[in-house]
Amino acid sequence: MNEDHVPGRNRLWLYALGALVIGFLVIPVLIVIPISFSNSTLLEFPPRDYSLRWYRALLGSIEWRDAAWMSVKIAVLTTLLATPMGTAAAYGLHLGGFRFTGVLRMLVLAPLLVPVILTAIGIFYLYALLGLNNTIVGLMLAHSMLALPFVVVSVGAGLRSYDIAQERVARSLGATWFGAFRRITLPQIRLPVLSGALLAFISSFDEVIVSFFISGGEYSTLPRRMFNALRDQIEPTIAAISTILIVLSVGTVAVLEMTRRPVRRE
Amino acid sequence: MTPPMEGLNVAGIRADARRESGTLAGLTSPAFLVLGVLLFLPVGWLFWLSLFDDTGFTLDNYRRMVVEPAYVSIFLTTFKLSVLVTVLSVLFGYPVAYMIAFLPSRAASLCLTLVLVPFWTALLVRTYAWLVILQRRGVVNTVLMDWGVIAEPLQLVHNFTGTTIGMLHIMIPFLVLPLYANMRAIDRDYVRAAASLGASPAAAFWRVYLPLSVPGLAAGTVMVFVICLGFYVTPQFLGGGRVTTISMKIQQNIATYFDWGAASSLGVVLFAVTLAVFWGFSRLFPLRRLTEVGGS
Repeated sequence: MNEDHVPGRNRLWLYALGALVIGFLVIPVLIVIPISFSNSTLLEFPPRDYSLRWYRALLGSIEWRDAAWMSVKIAVLTTLLATPMGTAAAYGLHLGGFRFTGVLRMLVLAPLLVPVILTAIGIFYLYALLGLNNTIVGLMLAHSMLALPFVVVSVGAGLRSYDIAQERVARSLGATWFGAFRRITLPQIRLPVLSGALLAFISSFDEVIVSFFISGGEYSTLPRRMFNALRDQIEPTIAAISTILIVLSVGTVAVLEMTRRPVRRE
Repeated sequence: MTPPMEGLNVAGIRADARRESGTLAGLTSPAFLVLGVLLFLPVGWLFWLSLFDDTGFTLDNYRRMVVEPAYVSIFLTTFKLSVLVTVLSVLFGYPVAYMIAFLPSRAASLCLTLVLVPFWTALLVRTYAWLVILQRRGVVNTVLMDWGVIAEPLQLVHNFTGTTIGMLHIMIPFLVLPLYANMRAIDRDYVRAAASLGASPAAAFWRVYLPLSVPGLAAGTVMVFVICLGFYVTPQFLGGGRVTTISMKIQQNIATYFDWGAASSLGVVLFAVTLAVFWGFSRLFPLRRLTEVGGS
């Protein structure tokens, strides 16, 4: 299995370095978990006594609960808006031979190219005029715009490996366009659509900078609230919330891995 | 030459095609409406604000960046940080991608998952983790002092070092993922052929394998560099006020001074540099992969 051109001694070095870097990536994330179960206000590792006091503090805090609930609401709304919008756009761009298709394909990636801070102050400025700062609609729209490229890229890749002729056959046999899409195309691109939706959800749930400008007070999202908490002090309540978020991200990876084809070797 | 169409309802077919194309354009319109109103319009507006103040057209906002030492140093800091983190990401990320590409399938999946978990973990969580680990009485200092390596705790965070470590942690997966996708597609027979023709393992790597991995490496590198240029959260918390990036200055200009002209002009320059870097890389390397990130 292993290739002849990485000889034993070098391979050992490669594995050692690889393991070291992967350790660098994973260990810091894992260290937060035991700290969140500590019984002390000191951020000691390993903790001397274990308790659930920081989780109780978290659940007892109306502010954290509200922020978490706000983030879930915004992320769900963003997913519900960005997924159909992005799927429709990917479908239109895939099939439509408009004159500017190439340009449009680039423009749809713009939210990834424009520096987030520029996007953030731009939206803040616009929302100040429209009265959309500190509103659910405002947050949902901003996050949907930021999530669009993820959905379009994911669904676009799915459509590229799908034979659209199947849909044409269905239509020529009397199915409506939408009916053919729903019953023939959609089931076959459901995994890219799902992973696009998941990316939209996560991108909204984790979004810090735009939320920093356009949300506050009772409309604070979880990252917004964490941002403030980190600025003030680094107590273990944040370790508790971080642990919950890490569990969520591990779950995300698991789901994404399932929607992906397994790593296959020839 | 036009194909023979006698007997066909040419006008009807054309009308159908037009209608179909109209429907497809209609499907893309909600997305572009949202992009137009929430991104292109505000960014265009900021561009305008950077060039026009109450008195009319002015280049003051842009002149300030070249003339004022404070601004020059912010640009230098941002570039220094971005170059350093990009170089380190390549140095550490390449071996990881290479290793995963050569591991047997099970182990490769496991390693890939281990790279993905931090990738999917919220930015603020990771920033917090580094604050905890690198602080004066954090894990790193405690361990090093227990082992007698150091007598006094090292200043690892609230400075340039801490910022670099935190950013490196975020950027390595961005390098590994496109690079690994590229490496998986490399036909290993090329390397075998080089070996059978008498190339040493090192020569086979440097002259055959490495060049074949350049598209993925270039895509990853440009991604990492461009994202580094725009960093805000990590230097804000791990820099301890000693590191100011362009994005942080933009935020300060809005929050502290309400100076939209200064903030927008910095944003415009940051965006222009981003585009220039992409353009430069796409001239040097085929970056088509970049727009296909996330594809299967």
